[in-house]
Amino acid sequence: MTQAATVEARPARRASRITPVTLFLWGLRIVILAVILYGSYLSISSGRLSAAQWRDLAVFGISTGSMYALIALGYTMVYGVLRFINFAHGEVFMVGGMMAFYVANALAVTPLWTSSPAVSLLIVLVAAMITSTAVAVIVERIAYRPLRGAPRLIPLITSIGASFTIQYLVRGLVGPATKSFPRMEPLRGTVEFGGFVILRTQLVVIVAALVMMAGLYLFVEKTRTGKSMRAVSEDPETAALMGINVDRTIVNVFAIGGAMAGVAGALWGLVFPSINFFSGFLPGIKAFTSAVLGGIGNIVGAMLGGVSLGIFESVGPSLVLAGYEIPAFSQLKDVVAYAALVLVLIFRPTGILGERLAQERT
Amino acid sequence: MKMKRGLKLLALVGVLSLVIAACGGGEGGDTSTTAGEAETTTSAAGEETTTSAAGETTTAPAEGLGTIEVAAGDPIKIASLQSISGETASLGTDQVRAIEIAITDKAEILGHPIELAFNEDDGCSSEGGQTGSTRIIADPQVVAVIGTSCSGAGVPASNVITSAGRVLISGSNTSPVLTSDLAGNESSEHHEGYFRTAHNDAIQGAAAAKFVFEELGLTQVATVNDGDPYTQGLTSAFEGPFEELGGTIVLSTAVTPDQTDMRPVLTEIAAAGAELIFFPIFQPAGDFVAEQALEVAGLEETVLMGADGLLSDTYVVLPQTEEMYFSGPQTPTTDAYAEFVTKYTEAYGEAPIQSFHAHSYDASNMVFTAIETASTDDGGTLTIDLQAFRDALHSMTHEGLTGTLSCDEFGDCASPNIDIVQNTADTADIEAVRGNVLISYSREDLGL
Repeated sequence: MTQAATVEARPARRASRITPVTLFLWGLRIVILAVILYGSYLSISSGRLSAAQWRDLAVFGISTGSMYALIALGYTMVYGVLRFINFAHGEVFMVGGMMAFYVANALAVTPLWTSSPAVSLLIVLVAAMITSTAVAVIVERIAYRPLRGAPRLIPLITSIGASFTIQYLVRGLVGPATKSFPRMEPLRGTVEFGGFVILRTQLVVIVAALVMMAGLYLFVEKTRTGKSMRAVSEDPETAALMGINVDRTIVNVFAIGGAMAGVAGALWGLVFPSINFFSGFLPGIKAFTSAVLGGIGNIVGAMLGGVSLGIFESVGPSLVLAGYEIPAFSQLKDVVAYAALVLVLIFRPTGILGERLAQERT
Repeated sequence: MKMKRGLKLLALVGVLSLVIAACGGGEGGDTSTTAGEAETTTSAAGEETTTSAAGETTTAPAEGLGTIEVAAGDPIKIASLQSISGETASLGTDQVRAIEIAITDKAEILGHPIELAFNEDDGCSSEGGQTGSTRIIADPQVVAVIGTSCSGAGVPASNVITSAGRVLISGSNTSPVLTSDLAGNESSEHHEGYFRTAHNDAIQGAAAAKFVFEELGLTQVATVNDGDPYTQGLTSAFEGPFEELGGTIVLSTAVTPDQTDMRPVLTEIAAAGAELIFFPIFQPAGDFVAEQALEVAGLEETVLMGADGLLSDTYVVLPQTEEMYFSGPQTPTTDAYAEFVTKYTEAYGEAPIQSFHAHSYDASNMVFTAIETASTDDGGTLTIDLQAFRDALHSMTHEGLTGTLSCDEFGDCASPNIDIVQNTADTADIEAVRGNVLISYSREDLGL
C-alpha cells in the first residue's frame, strides 16, 4: 500500500468508528446507568432499610459470592486449558456437599462434634474435597480424555451428559429426598469482627474461601505444576514439545477444580443446611455466570466475578428494583444476577478481567 | 475466524442455559400460556374410540362425552398423577398409597378388577402436570385420574384431562383458581369434569387470618408466596380476610421455589416491621425461610406460620421449625380413619406421612361408586358413559373418611374444617404435630 493511500484511508476509518451501532451502544450504556442510579437513589432515600441492614445484605452477598467463586474456579481453569465449559462441574460440587452431609451426620453423634468442632469441620471439608476431586478426575478420564482433539463443542455436550449422569447416579445411590445437615452449635450466633456484626457461619465461609483462593493463586503462580498448567493453557502443543506431560497437567487442573468445588459444597452445607441430588444445578449455573462475569479463563477474574455476583443478587433487588416499587422483587433475584452479567458484558465484553481473551490463540 | 465461531456457539449454549435456569425460577408464573397451548395438543371430547385389550375395536356413540367399554374380565383403568419425586415427594407418595389401599379395599367393580394403570409424576409443576396428563389420556381406557398433588400441576392437567372427556379428581389441590372463590364466582382455570375432595384455600386462608388476628392478636403480617398457584392463592386468601378483620399486610412478597438465600427477603420483612410471617410454600424454600429467619436481625420475635404444603414428615422434624404454627385440613378422628391408618401402616411400614391420604382415599371411592352408577353391564362387557360418570359425581353424597362429601357445581366436594396446629418441643413427628390442634374452624365459623 502506498503512503498516499494510507493517508486517504485514515479519515474514512475514523468516521467508520462512530457507526450507529456504537452510538446505540453508548446510548444504551448511559440509559442503563441512569436507570440503576435513579433506582438506587429512590430506594436509599426512601429510608426503608437502615444502614446496618444494607451492610448485612452486602455481607450475605459476599459469603454466597465467595462460594460461587470457589466453584467458578473449576469452570475457569478447565476453560483455560481445554477451552470448553465443563457443565458437570456443578454436579462435582453437589457430590462434595453430599459427602459432607454423610460425614457430618456420622460425626454429629460422636463426642468429637461438640468437643472439637474445628477438627470435625476440617474432617468434613477434607472428605468433601477428596470426593469431589475423585469425581472430577474420573469424569475427565471417562468423558473428556477420549475426546481430546475433537471439536470443542463435543466435550461441551458430553459435559451436559456427564452432569445428568452424576445427578441421577447420586439420586439412585441416596434417593431423591432432601437431607438436612446437622447443626454445629459453636457456629450459631454472631461475632464482632472489626466493628461488623456478622454470622459465624459467614465468617467461616469467607475465611475458608479466602484461604483456598490464596492457596490456589500461589500454587498456580509459584509451583512447577502451576507453571505447567499455565504453559498448557498458553499453548498445549508447544508445552508438550517442551517436555510437559499435557494429560497429567489436565488431570491436575480437574483435580484442583474438583477440590475447590468440594470445599464449596461443604461450606454451602453450613450456610444452606439441606441438600438433594439436584442441588448442584443452580449454584453451578451461577458459578458459570461468575466465571464469565470475571472473564473466563482468568483465575483472579473468577474470584472477583463470584463475589460481585453474590453482592449483585443480594443487594440488587432491594437496591434497584425496590426503588421502582416492583412487587415481590425478591423473586427476581436470579433475574438481577443474570441481568448484571449482561450489563457487565455490555460495558466490558470480555468480563471484568478478561484481557487475556483478546490475545487468545486462534 | 474458526475460533470466533466456536466462541459464538459457546456463548449461545451459555445463554440457553441461563434461559433454562431463569425459566426454572418462573414456573407457575406462565401457567396460563401452558394451559392455553393444551387446548391444541389434546383431542376433543367425543371422538373416543375404545379398544379393548382383546383387540376388537368399537366406535363409541358421538353424543355426550362418549363411552369407555371394558370387555369381560378386563380391568377398569384409573390413573394416578401425583408428585412422587423431589422435595414434595411425601405429598404425592402419601396419596398414591391411599389410592392403592382404596383399590385393594374395593377389589372389583361389577365383576371387573380395578387397575392403577398409570402412576405418573406431576413434578409439582405445570410442566409436570401437562406431560403427565397428556401421557395418561393417550390411553383411551383410563376413566378417571386421581391427582394432582400440587395446584400448579392441576391447572394444565385439569384442562388436558377434562378436554379428553375424562375426570380429574384431586385429594390435595387447594387453590381457589381451580374451582371457585366459594362465593359463586367461577375461577379462570375451572373446567367441567374437575373435582376435588381437598378443601378450597378460600377457607384455609380465612381460618389462618382469623387465628392470627383473634387468637395470636397480631396485626402486622408479611406474606411470602413462591409464584405457584397454590401458594399465591393461599396468600391472597389470607390477605383479604385479614385486612377485613382490621389487620395490616405490611409486605406481600415472593421467593422462587429453588431459592436458597432468603436473607435479602427476610431483611425486607424485618424492615417492614412484620410480627408474623405467613409463608404457605413448599420444601426446600420453606426450610431456608425458617432457618434464616433465626439469623436476621429484627426477626427475633417474629412468629412463623406455614400451611398444609409444609405440614410434612420431613419438615416438622427440622429444629428451626419448632414453635411454628401451621394451618391444614382437620385430621379425621373416626374409627374408619383409625382402621385406614392401621392398613396404611401395615402396608408401608410407617404412619401416614402427609395430610391428604384420607382425601385421596375418598376421591378413589367416589370414582368407584360413580363408575358403578354410570355403567351398563352387557353380558360381562361394561359400558361406562362418561357424561353419566360426571353427573354421578355431581349428584353423589359420599360418606368418606374426611366427612360427608357432596360436590358443588364447580367441583368442590369437601365442606372441611381447618385445624391450626403448632410444632412444639414435645411434638416429635408429623402425627404428633397434626394432633396438637390449637383451634379448629368450620366453614360456618368463617362465614363462608
